[in-house]
Amino acid sequence: MGKRLAGIFWSLLFLAVPVLGVLTFAVAPAYDHWLPKDVSEHGGSIDSLFYFILALTGVVFVVTEVVLFWFMWKYDAAKQSGPATYIQGSHTLEVVWTIIPAATLLFLAIYQMNAWADVKMRRPAMEPTVEVVARQFEWRLRYPGRDGSLGTPDDLFLVNDLHLPVDEDVLIQLKSMDVLHSFFLPNVRIKQDAVPGMKIPVWFKARDVGEYDIVCAELCGWGHYKMKGRVTFESRADFDAWLERKYAEQGTTQPPAPADDVAAN
Amino acid sequence: MTPPPTTATPAVDHGSAVVHAPAHAAEGGIGHFLSTYVFSKDHKVIGLQFLFSTLLWFLIGGLLALAVRWQVAWPWSDVPVVGKLFAQEGGQMAPEFYTMLFTMHATVMIFLVIIPILAGAFGNFLIPLMIGADDMAFPTLNMLSYWFMWPAFVCFGASFFVEGGAASGGWTSYPTLSTNPASSPASGMGQTLWLLGLTFVGVSSMLGSVNYMTTIILMRAPGMTMFRLPMTIWAMFITAVLQAFALPVLTAAGFMQLSDRMLGTGFFSPEGNVVNNAIAGAGGGQPLLWQHLFWFYSHPAVYIMILPAMGMVSDILTVFARKPLFGYRPMVYSIAGIAGLGFIVWGHHMFMSGMNPALGITFMVSTMMIALPSAVKTFNWLGTLWGGKIQFTTSMLFAISFVSMFIIGGLSGIFMAATPVDIFIHDTYFIVAHFHYVLFAGTAMGVWAAIYFWFPKMFGRTMNEFWGKVHFFLTFIFLNGTFFTMHILGAVGFPRRLADAYHYETFHHLQPLNAFMTYCAIGMVATQVIFAANFIYSMFWGPVAGRNPWNANTLEWTAPSPPGHGNFDYQPVVYRGPYEYSVPGVEKDHLMQTDPPNAAAVAAAAAAH
Repeated sequence: MGKRLAGIFWSLLFLAVPVLGVLTFAVAPAYDHWLPKDVSEHGGSIDSLFYFILALTGVVFVVTEVVLFWFMWKYDAAKQSGPATYIQGSHTLEVVWTIIPAATLLFLAIYQMNAWADVKMRRPAMEPTVEVVARQFEWRLRYPGRDGSLGTPDDLFLVNDLHLPVDEDVLIQLKSMDVLHSFFLPNVRIKQDAVPGMKIPVWFKARDVGEYDIVCAELCGWGHYKMKGRVTFESRADFDAWLERKYAEQGTTQPPAPADDVAAN
Repeated sequence: MTPPPTTATPAVDHGSAVVHAPAHAAEGGIGHFLSTYVFSKDHKVIGLQFLFSTLLWFLIGGLLALAVRWQVAWPWSDVPVVGKLFAQEGGQMAPEFYTMLFTMHATVMIFLVIIPILAGAFGNFLIPLMIGADDMAFPTLNMLSYWFMWPAFVCFGASFFVEGGAASGGWTSYPTLSTNPASSPASGMGQTLWLLGLTFVGVSSMLGSVNYMTTIILMRAPGMTMFRLPMTIWAMFITAVLQAFALPVLTAAGFMQLSDRMLGTGFFSPEGNVVNNAIAGAGGGQPLLWQHLFWFYSHPAVYIMILPAMGMVSDILTVFARKPLFGYRPMVYSIAGIAGLGFIVWGHHMFMSGMNPALGITFMVSTMMIALPSAVKTFNWLGTLWGGKIQFTTSMLFAISFVSMFIIGGLSGIFMAATPVDIFIHDTYFIVAHFHYVLFAGTAMGVWAAIYFWFPKMFGRTMNEFWGKVHFFLTFIFLNGTFFTMHILGAVGFPRRLADAYHYETFHHLQPLNAFMTYCAIGMVATQVIFAANFIYSMFWGPVAGRNPWNANTLEWTAPSPPGHGNFDYQPVVYRGPYEYSVPGVEKDHLMQTDPPNAAAVAAAAAAH
């Protein structure tokens, strides 16, 4: 009897895994411990893929863990008088549980390609809106200025305070001066490493005005944790006005940038 | 499936399985002591040397993790007890100290604990015993494989005390942070020692892997065909193959990084790299090259860190379910499949790295496919329990928890494999949750299952079952408290490796959850005191175990406990596969691999035991 109680106890402990697991995921959003607000156009496809995989893996998780519990409960030695069943396997089962996951995984692989291509491969044909140069431990920003092209003497230089227009495509040219960094906008579902020696394009379209975090997501040294920037999405008119204001400030505080600046492309 | 053989003919005689006299005769005195217990060529002693060394490093790695957790939960607050030893200002942790902590936590756990405890400790101890050999094929190489760990221990250990501290560039050591001393205080001597330590670990693994492959191919007992090998040996064999093919790449990459740092080459530094306002290095290189080379080793290494545990758990499940392994051949093929696919998925660590996104799609497809053999294995483990007669020993509980936890670790991998989702969760706590479910909740639980299971063979005594179960219960609770919640952090996008993330608007509300996880982590480490006490006590005063305390089938249980030099007191001859439990029509509930096949002999063998 004691042995059977032990078997019941251990089975229930393993049943707690799917129960508490599902509960954790169910409760977390209520306490705002969940995907942060998404303000991008493409983010919906990423989030819905996340939910799709969550549902899919959630079902597999619950079913397999409950089966495990059930076998522990049912086939406890303390509960059985006869010997164990002598089974070495089943060809049919092996085929079934190979083909079904294979088909599912293959479907998942093909299903997601489009979302990936939208974010990382189908770059809009346009001049960069801004160049972001990562550096220990700040985000240096360079707007093209009035002539609309980067690398000219009228470029506008700023640090950590990124402003971008909403409801239109923006193209960021991402570079790094020193070590690896990663340009992470949690609310835009954008992440891209900045690599020394590479110019990497990043593009998206924001749908909502507001101010959000820029996080460095690749270890870049002791000050990695404080490499924080802010991105402000605003209407085209507000954005243009802001640019003009910053442009005027730069005119009064510093001489025009030299044409042979090291950071020029 | 192989039916139980009905004839007495051993299928193949691979020779060399003759039990011969101890290679080095007793000399007496200090020389004898050194050759028996220190510079021993006996695979069992070497295995135990690996086991003790790695368990000590496991403790160090665990304490490093606690310090990491402390900072994440209560940033900049004084570290209790040990804080004063390390910091100048009270007990507060400096951010560069924090980066060193997580770098060395991962380094120690991966290179000094998981890989050597699986291959070094259990590989060494079990391979000759389970295939019926008297020792490894190359005993001297085997001894060297352990002693090459010591320069590594010294390099990693000493690096904590050099100027700038131990390596702080993450265990992946991505350039140019790791190659340019100006970019980080620890990218000086600390990083050099890290690279040297890594090289020594590599040499050790290589010596081991050559030995394991040779031994398993050439030294099996008469009748031990490849498809009569227990899963443990199959897993060790395929792990050895993975190491042999992947390691040279890491070693070469390590030397390239050393040369970038010491000789001024520029394999990994691009032109015009400016660190701290100074032009750095010769240039002409590419930081992504390191990532490709590093992950070409380190992704197969992920499987080096799980396959042996899978093998051992498969064997333990059959023993305590008193049932044959469900789908032996599919299990072997899926290990081989994991190993093969393991070589073409390394790019999934680099989806966000700036690698061509089209190449990302290729790696995404291969990564999705590698989930398949893992799924097949999981279903077969469940199938093994189905219809069994389950004994809830400590070892079995750890083995079942391996299956339960591996399901979580396996499924969470699919999120990262999906490239669009990876954009959001890459380098967040979601990945931290994933690999801790695979490596701690998976491998470490598998290792504990193996320790409780083979302890009687190692020391001739069994560990205490009651305290073993207390150890299991608390570890299981605390590990889920620590690691399951990391998925939730990951869903918020909480980045890893940040000394303090709460100044971000997005993450400022996550401190209470992190504090909860840290309490669980402290509990988890504290629980290991129970394990250590049980281990040490049982070694000397535990109940004496016979040859075969679990009524298992494989060859090591025919040898004395602990086996003497040369392992077997008679030549084992193998008549059947390793999983003949509860065979219908047989009196006792298991047929050992050495039990002769006719009924009279079966009865005689039963009487003899």
